[in-house]
Amino acid sequence: MSDNKKRRQMNHDAYPDNYIRAILNSVKSIAMVGASPVNVRPSYFAFKYLAQRGYDMIPVNPGHVGKDLLGKPFVASLRDIGGPVDMIDIFRNSSHIMPVVDEALTLDPLPKVIWMQLGARDDAAAEKAEAAGIKVVMNRCPKIEYGRLSSEISWMGVNSRTLSSKRPPAPTQGMRLSLNRMSVGGGETAASDRAAKNKTEQN
Amino acid sequence: MSDRLPGFSTLAVHAGAQPDPTTGARATPIYQTTSFVFNDADHAASLFGLQAFGNIYTRIGNPTNAVLEERVAALEGGTAALAVASGHAAQVVVLQQLLQPGDEFIAARKLYGGSINQFSHAFKSFGWNVVWADPDDVASFERAVTPRTKAIFIESIANPAGSITDIEAISTVARKAGVPLIVDNTLASPYLIRPIDHGADIVVHSLTKFLGGHGNSLGGIIVDAGTFDWSTGGKYPMLSEPRPEYHGIRLQETFGNFAFAIACRVLGLRDLGPALSPFNAFMILTGIETLPLRMQKHCDNAKAVAEFLAGHSAVSAVNYAGLATDKYNQLARKYAPKGAGAVFTFSLKGGYDAGVNLVSKLQLFSHLANVGDTRSLVIHPASTTHSQLDDAAKIKSGAGPDVVRLSIGIEDKEDLIADLEQALSA
Repeated sequence: MSDNKKRRQMNHDAYPDNYIRAILNSVKSIAMVGASPVNVRPSYFAFKYLAQRGYDMIPVNPGHVGKDLLGKPFVASLRDIGGPVDMIDIFRNSSHIMPVVDEALTLDPLPKVIWMQLGARDDAAAEKAEAAGIKVVMNRCPKIEYGRLSSEISWMGVNSRTLSSKRPPAPTQGMRLSLNRMSVGGGETAASDRAAKNKTEQN
Repeated sequence: MSDRLPGFSTLAVHAGAQPDPTTGARATPIYQTTSFVFNDADHAASLFGLQAFGNIYTRIGNPTNAVLEERVAALEGGTAALAVASGHAAQVVVLQQLLQPGDEFIAARKLYGGSINQFSHAFKSFGWNVVWADPDDVASFERAVTPRTKAIFIESIANPAGSITDIEAISTVARKAGVPLIVDNTLASPYLIRPIDHGADIVVHSLTKFLGGHGNSLGGIIVDAGTFDWSTGGKYPMLSEPRPEYHGIRLQETFGNFAFAIACRVLGLRDLGPALSPFNAFMILTGIETLPLRMQKHCDNAKAVAEFLAGHSAVSAVNYAGLATDKYNQLARKYAPKGAGAVFTFSLKGGYDAGVNLVSKLQLFSHLANVGDTRSLVIHPASTTHSQLDDAAKIKSGAGPDVVRLSIGIEDKEDLIADLEQALSA
């Protein structure tokens, strides 16, 4: 293994909060592959939330071209976006990840981040993307991570694993929230990390 | 921004809380309101559809309660929590997500008497069938597993005798059976034992006891460890199948490793209704801030009192896992090295009558049916908490006629010993 490769290697069972925080703080545009117009699908939840938090959202789904999602027109594929995009968020099963990553690698400029949704993981595809200098997140939801690092998700009794003694601004509709709270250990909880690792090993 | 794990005491004070955005209030405000105004129709629809984070109605969630939930989740090392009206309510809400009528769950025979009643009678009327196993015999759990088994339930430190359960061994049985392990951690509190570190998938508490700690507020909580995969085999349809209550949402798919806590909130608490008062949540939160200090004092006092009783001529036996000679001392050293809790039993040579006499003579110990108060408490289980059990079941659960249960408070230990001394010799 070359030094270069070692440096790129990320532990995909447990991401440090700073890794996720840096991604969510830096990307501005997100193409969501597999975005659904059906309002009980997780992709719809995440699309709507990220749009409200100020991200420039692009729905990618060949089955819905000609329609729009919350005012944003669907495109059939990543190549049809017609401009640079910072992050690709893939709402597909693990078995459908590789072709999307292959397509993303043909974009010029390349996206900075490829994100695979909760339940989706393809280590070979991740390695390919990382070899091209793209940051990869697998088996996470950007809505949950944004809600967690901002502690907005605390409304639901979720352990944000962050602390702050600062007075936050009163939230208004559609505002960006600060993600710069103190993290209490990176990644998920130790137990949920272990469970995720066991599951990966079984697969 | 460094990723550094703060200590338990820091989490006990800070986790879940932040200065109030509107007023700057540093203590967590009591949001004593039933309902919350929506921004507009779309916001309301997003909240009802579980698409947005936010507050609707206090039976589903409340900002004061949310601070309590996050704090206990952090202390237990879980992904999320749900606060409810009592420990009993927590147990109903948990099992409602896991069992369909006709299903079974395996429970340790040594449990709080109220839980034994709840499981034996109330749950039976729902078609949730309890199968008892012996926490001192792990193989008895294995033998009890059937295709209808949906969960295993144990107490970390078990009522009434303060015995210690081998959580890891029983979690291995649960994993093999493909069912979640539920641990009632009330008597230990996360300061002494964190069951999730030993393989628990769900932790429940009566917050009324050591977590609240002052004997002033009822409450219960459910902590999701985020460790169980609910999707396999359609065994847990509340989590894995499209929910008609929410237009076909699948909770595990949508909420990942905190889906169980969400199910408890949006399917359990919302529909069954045992909401915690925000005022109680505030009282319990205040209690939790001093949990590490209190719990250590409870344990240190309990050990001193147990040692005193073990040397007293009127006492025939002391069951306290913190004593080197106790049957559970090895397990206590492994699971609860900081202390073996503060609830234990002892037996009097004079039997039932001596128990009744002792309770009536004590002047500092309060005779009542609770544990985990700042004050020291005493009860005679055979005539109170365990009175609805028959004699054989009383003895099996450690509450025979000669048994007295103590819950040691945080007074000066010399005063507690003096009070017992005078009552035993009176």
